[in-house]
Amino acid sequence: MTATSPPSDGRATRGEPRGTAAESTPEAAARPHRPAARAGALRRAGPPVLLVAAGLVAWQGVASLPAVDDLTLASPLETRAALGRDLPLLADAALVTLLEVVLGLALAVAFGAVTAIAMHLVHPLRQAAYPVLVASQAIPVVVLAPLFVLAFDYGLAPKLAIVALICFFPVTVNLLDGLGSVEPELRKLMRSLGASRLSTLRRVELPASLPSLFSGLRVAATVSVIGAVFGEWAGADAGLGRLVLLANNQLQTPRVYAGVVLLTLMAVALFVLVGLAERIAVPWRRAGRSEA
Amino acid sequence: MPTQLKAADTEHRTPEETAEVALSGVTRRFSSPRGETLALAGLDLAAAHGEVLSVVGPSGCGKSTLLELVAGLSEPDAGSVAVAGATAREGRLAACAYMPQRDLLLPWRSALTNAALALEVQGERPAAARARAEPLFVRFGLADFARALPAELSGGMRQRVAFLRTLLAGRPVLLLDEPFAALDSITRAAMQEWLAEALAAEPRTVVLVTHDVREALFLGDRVAVLSPRPGRVVVELDVPFERPRRRRETVTDAAFAALEEQALAALEGSGR
Repeated sequence: MTATSPPSDGRATRGEPRGTAAESTPEAAARPHRPAARAGALRRAGPPVLLVAAGLVAWQGVASLPAVDDLTLASPLETRAALGRDLPLLADAALVTLLEVVLGLALAVAFGAVTAIAMHLVHPLRQAAYPVLVASQAIPVVVLAPLFVLAFDYGLAPKLAIVALICFFPVTVNLLDGLGSVEPELRKLMRSLGASRLSTLRRVELPASLPSLFSGLRVAATVSVIGAVFGEWAGADAGLGRLVLLANNQLQTPRVYAGVVLLTLMAVALFVLVGLAERIAVPWRRAGRSEA
Repeated sequence: MPTQLKAADTEHRTPEETAEVALSGVTRRFSSPRGETLALAGLDLAAAHGEVLSVVGPSGCGKSTLLELVAGLSEPDAGSVAVAGATAREGRLAACAYMPQRDLLLPWRSALTNAALALEVQGERPAAARARAEPLFVRFGLADFARALPAELSGGMRQRVAFLRTLLAGRPVLLLDEPFAALDSITRAAMQEWLAEALAAEPRTVVLVTHDVREALFLGDRVAVLSPRPGRVVVELDVPFERPRRRRETVTDAAFAALEEQALAALEGSGR
């Protein structure tokens, strides 16, 4: 027996066949047009670009005032010139810092994920560890940095420790919130379907927590660069943070600015990369939004 | 004690021992800082094998509580609940497939893999689970939507997918908690007919909870009317129409209208 008549809701969705035959698949109908999406991206990029351009003009104007000392404020043009002149030096240093940032972030994600999942699964652990977690964020990392250098020596290790410590909190807290955000009704449903605790974690809670995790990662990506600079200031023989500190001592103000510009670009690039990764890992979020 | 007004003849009423779902003297309380709430007080109810039992009652009469008790998601404070002979909670959990009011489809899974979830959590490999779910989509006219994400589906479609997930759990007893309450009235009417046909094709023992008297009568072999909190059975009505029913013919039948009147009167009467 063919069980039922073809579906016919009163309400039509995109791609839903009305009447007899389905001519188009719902996927084909529901995907937004690519060119339109690109135009939207351009429109969104417009205002920040304008704001930055206005900022640059104002910066150049202030730096050109006769009352402003060149040692205090390098103009955008001087900074650009320093960027071109010192590029090999800056690029080498940037690579060192980038490595510290990326590895430190990876460490934070690894430790953060283990901590958050353990705290989520074991309630007493959650209660015990939550205050400690908050305290970990309150630690003044600037003060800790020299101690880490004492403990781990001048190499990569103390920088990784500092970056990881700074990024650990946003990653862990956001993932923990995400894991807990699954509605009780859904947990009940999973229990009724016969799902084990780990099955629910894997199939429901972890995917559901991805948007939260990425929110945490975005925060972590921006502060990670600051962490690496602190680490290098406490003692290093390479890296952008160290370069900026040296240039400052040598009164090479344009080079300081060039270093700061690169550090900023690094943080912004990481932020954008996290956003791109989120779009790949959490495609359903966009599907949900385009529907609304 | 509630007066058990038997509306229709009682000859074919199933005896207790063959009931697939049986609640006797079930009491359930909830305590909160504001005091204690009695959700169910001495409730007796049974559904025979293959029977669709509708439970209708005013909002807050403990209908959902009743389903959670049957499903093994909670335990009664007094009385006993048995499903397919099992009174222990684990046994009830294993015998029931529970369909909540909202579809609760996972937004990152397609319609097909959402339904296949019921098999995956029982240890089936994802590919095998999909392969087993697919024929059901074809049979129930959902093949074109198998790959769509929930966000791309209408409310009625999502509810159908949720129902297939419930079926795929492979349990003898289905517990449906106001499955169409969130839908608009036209969609709801279409879904009721769809469900009636689906149950004719895949017969199960069903406990359907609803606040809609017509829905209860249209889908049920028997309708139990509950009183406001604490919930007790006010009256049980037999619905002597062959299943699956066609909506238009059924709801315009004089006998159906009389039953509807009786159920509404019982609901109103119990409110005083």
